[in-house]
Amino acid sequence: MIDNFEPRIVGFLCNWCSYAGADQAGNQHKEVPPNLKIVRVMCSGRVDPQHVVKAFQSGADGVMVLGCHPGDCHYKEGNYKALRRMKLLEKLLHELGIEKDRFKLDWVSASEGDKFSRVTIEMVEKVKKLGPLTIRYNKNNEGGERHE
Amino acid sequence: MSKLKVVFYWAASCGGCEVSLLDTNEKIVELGAIADILLMPLAFDGKYHDIEQLKDGEIDVTFFNGGTRSTEHEHLAKLLRQKSKIMVSYGACASWGGIPGLANQFHVEDILKCVYEDTASIAGSNPSKTRPQVKTDVPEGELTIPGLYDRVFPLDEVVKVDYYLPGCPPHVDWVVKTIDAIAAGKLPPAGSVIGSSKTVCDECKREKSSDRKIKKFHRVHEIITDPEKCLLEQGIICSGPATRSGCGGAKCLDANMPCRGCYGPPPGVVDQGAKLLSVVASMIDANEEEEIEKILSDIKDTIGTFYQFTLPKSILKGGVK
Repeated sequence: MIDNFEPRIVGFLCNWCSYAGADQAGNQHKEVPPNLKIVRVMCSGRVDPQHVVKAFQSGADGVMVLGCHPGDCHYKEGNYKALRRMKLLEKLLHELGIEKDRFKLDWVSASEGDKFSRVTIEMVEKVKKLGPLTIRYNKNNEGGERHE
Repeated sequence: MSKLKVVFYWAASCGGCEVSLLDTNEKIVELGAIADILLMPLAFDGKYHDIEQLKDGEIDVTFFNGGTRSTEHEHLAKLLRQKSKIMVSYGACASWGGIPGLANQFHVEDILKCVYEDTASIAGSNPSKTRPQVKTDVPEGELTIPGLYDRVFPLDEVVKVDYYLPGCPPHVDWVVKTIDAIAAGKLPPAGSVIGSSKTVCDECKREKSSDRKIKKFHRVHEIITDPEKCLLEQGIICSGPATRSGCGGAKCLDANMPCRGCYGPPPGVVDQGAKLLSVVASMIDANEEEEIEKILSDIKDTIGTFYQFTLPKSILKGGVK
């Protein structure tokens, strides 16, 4: 593992709860790791599994999807759709060899600044332990290694 | 007008693509009238040496099927590209790696070990663990065979591709349309996928309800399905929602089988598997984490199910293993 490795984490945050929760964390002067790159989406149900795999391919060492608590979705059931999709995506990522701790779906409400701070710090710590993510056959490390 | 010079080459593929050409029935006679076939390993004995003698761009069209797995495939892809005016990626394997591309989940060493040591039919009968070697010294000199790459490459990662003709194999209608367009010199813009811009679901005649729910996933042999209703609603994973149409009106569905996705992603979709996964998962009839996991536990081979034809071209390729 590389010393001083600072993971890049992409966080897809829903506009109504988790993004407001991130704001709340700021207002309360809670610690939020600078490793997190936030993408605001209208709903966690808007997060296409393609977005998550694209984030990993583009260099993210970990990806978080944060939405409203079950039952609290601004669009009634978008977060349930997210839950179903991300559960199946987890299965796929596992088969592709991407460690479980690199991907997290969680719920953060608009008032949970402290939870936002906690889950993001935990995520960074876990991914730090895993080290950088290297995707086989990605353009940057393309080899076309010949078997002889 | 002089006759067109055409090549049909196969790389890592099954030969079904060439056979699909025979499905054009009487059109094949017409093809014979307008074109000379210079190389078609499935049908007759052409020599690579003869292709090497041609001038650059002398071949009008190469229909290249199969992914690129060996050094021989790569050599031919590059050679035929150099000698051809138009390069058509013919079929699912050339376009996205296809079913042989599922091997990209594993390293070539694991594959060779499986084939030459662990397979039930071979286990114990190869105690010296003999494997084919790229170079072998024999008294008469050195023998060589093509080497394998660690992965299957789609054709457009090896050479520039002008047109994609997807399918496993491409449907006869589109093959005929392509041949007609070449003969008339009226081809679409370079880089086009020759196929429909709709999805298989758009053309499927099965009845779809507005509130589609899946309570349990089944494999095709496990249940008797209702031939009138959407297969997804009956718990059979069907790639229809995330697959380009062009197979001639959801043909597999007519035969009571789910779409497997051989026409690849529809326009606007980059990663067919991730998109299909999104559709299928959102239909699950459960809101509790545990219940969702239980329903999902019936899906045994996630990669093979969702990326049956497109793994080498997917965003995460072979993953990290």
